[in-house]
Amino acid sequence: MNFFCFGLNHRTAPIAARERFVGHTRSKALLRDLGCREVLLLTTCNRVEIYAAADASIASEEIAQSLRIDGGTSTKNDLEAFYRKENAECARHLFRVAAGLDSMVVGETEILGQAKRAYAEAHASGNAGPLLHRLCQRAFRAAKQVRSKTQITRGPVSVGSVAVDLAEKIFGDLRGRKVLVLGAGETSEKTLRALASRGVSDLRVSNRTPARAEELASELEGIAVPFATWLEQCREIDILISSTAAETHLLTPRLLVPILRDRTDRPLFIIDIAVPRDVAPEVNDFDGVYLYDIDSLREIASESRELRRQQLAAAEAIIEEHVADFQKHLGLSQSGTRSTKECPTRVSGELRTSEL
Amino acid sequence: MDRQLLIFAAICYLAAVIRTIVSFRARIFRRSRFVFLTIVLGFLLQTAFLFLRGHALGSCPITNLFEVLVFLAWSIALIYVLIGTTYRLSLMGAFTAPLVFLLQVAALLAPIDIPRASPIAPNPWLEFHASISIVAYGAFALACVAGAMYLVQERQLKTHQLHSIFYHLPPLPNLFSAMTRLLWFGFILYSAGLISGFFVNEPLPWTKIVLAIAIWILYGAILQGRYLRWMAPRRIATLCVIAFAVALSLLWSIEFVGHRA
Repeated sequence: MNFFCFGLNHRTAPIAARERFVGHTRSKALLRDLGCREVLLLTTCNRVEIYAAADASIASEEIAQSLRIDGGTSTKNDLEAFYRKENAECARHLFRVAAGLDSMVVGETEILGQAKRAYAEAHASGNAGPLLHRLCQRAFRAAKQVRSKTQITRGPVSVGSVAVDLAEKIFGDLRGRKVLVLGAGETSEKTLRALASRGVSDLRVSNRTPARAEELASELEGIAVPFATWLEQCREIDILISSTAAETHLLTPRLLVPILRDRTDRPLFIIDIAVPRDVAPEVNDFDGVYLYDIDSLREIASESRELRRQQLAAAEAIIEEHVADFQKHLGLSQSGTRSTKECPTRVSGELRTSEL
Repeated sequence: MDRQLLIFAAICYLAAVIRTIVSFRARIFRRSRFVFLTIVLGFLLQTAFLFLRGHALGSCPITNLFEVLVFLAWSIALIYVLIGTTYRLSLMGAFTAPLVFLLQVAALLAPIDIPRASPIAPNPWLEFHASISIVAYGAFALACVAGAMYLVQERQLKTHQLHSIFYHLPPLPNLFSAMTRLLWFGFILYSAGLISGFFVNEPLPWTKIVLAIAIWILYGAILQGRYLRWMAPRRIATLCVIAFAVALSLLWSIEFVGHRA
């Protein structure tokens, strides 16, 4: 019995193509009819992949068709976006995927959880037999080793995650922290969402246009505060995200001094996303004030990406060791002991995850 | 034999220091119990030394500057072993090991292991006073270590230069809270040591009394400053480091001068 991987991802196909081949309720029956004895479907927003074991070779066109959700006929153009990897190549691919080496953001760890959930689902529904079991367990081990032996997952790689990491170092636990967003924009919104995902619950939005503040506040379950009061708010808040279109500095040392008198032992984290900057750089000189502008945040993210890139060779070497060992291990077990009774006869279960 | 135990203890601490330097240079910090275990081993070897020396002397082994330094290094290791496991402050061992190593090496290399000319009559108050005061110094040393970690982390946050150590150092509030607890712990022990000093019933040099009270006032002022919010946490951390450096140099001068006299 051979095993293979068949699919497309963010590099081989645009989202318009990926969403057509995302799989559907009938995919399982179609795959069963095609002769797959073991099947695992890994669907995230960046990839759609089938890992399967079958006795005979199955045509790629037929597998692609089983994934198609609009019922249309796949053209040659559609099929060019797919890749197919057999046996050792398939193992290498899954190991790399699970370790985050094939992800859009190299080293991201969410994919491992998604792969584990996909396997758990396949196992629970009887779709994963002994072969996929070994393949997946080995992939999880390889991913864990890559994570612990290299720095591939180290450091934040987006502005939002840099802000969260910094906030956690400044405040420890983010639960109960108060954030004020001054102005509105895509980056400040993303940053706010990233902070909210770590437990920040007191979100305040202030904008020169009250309607815009209301809109963003209701989206994020926060409150809108009048723009005229933003400086007073600074007495209470812990984190200030500023992204107004002001042409001069809104926050200067002179304005901040009276506010800091009341908060000697409470740090203030200021994220200035605006260009030109809203906050005078000298503000960073005060004790307990940590000011980051968009360039500083981007630079930290870029350093982390560079560090991850440098770790790629070490990560690939670990993957190769596991591939070689897996091949050896599989060769031994193929010599006689694999039981066909354990192989599933029915394909079921729908697996949808969201690699972001 | 007993000095060999200390040499082995110093080698253990040196191993922890080397491990830390290698991690710094490689910019890779992995979760590892190596530093913790080497400090525990060094601590056990020091304990064996203090036991043997105390047995030979028939009293607590703090009769000269050499023994005082060893006892201080032992106290720091003891409090680290207790705190390191309780607070789970990552990298605290990496910062503690160099301090303990330096104290241990200073004790071994300096010509200060000179037996007292006249044996002291057993005095439980004196032994309690001296030993509890040195354990208090151990707590102040750990507060200094937490302060140094705070300053390193704070500096990175201020300058935006994040070394890979940044992601492994504990958040600022955790370090500040550990620092405060260690200050309290040290202050309470030191106060007990100071009070017991009045029951020693032996003539003590007035310089020693004045300096001991000065150190007590210094740490009392730091704690006061922390609770009355006179100072930002960074300044408290800086004071923790300065206060321990002052206290250590005073300990050295008091003991050294006292011993020579």
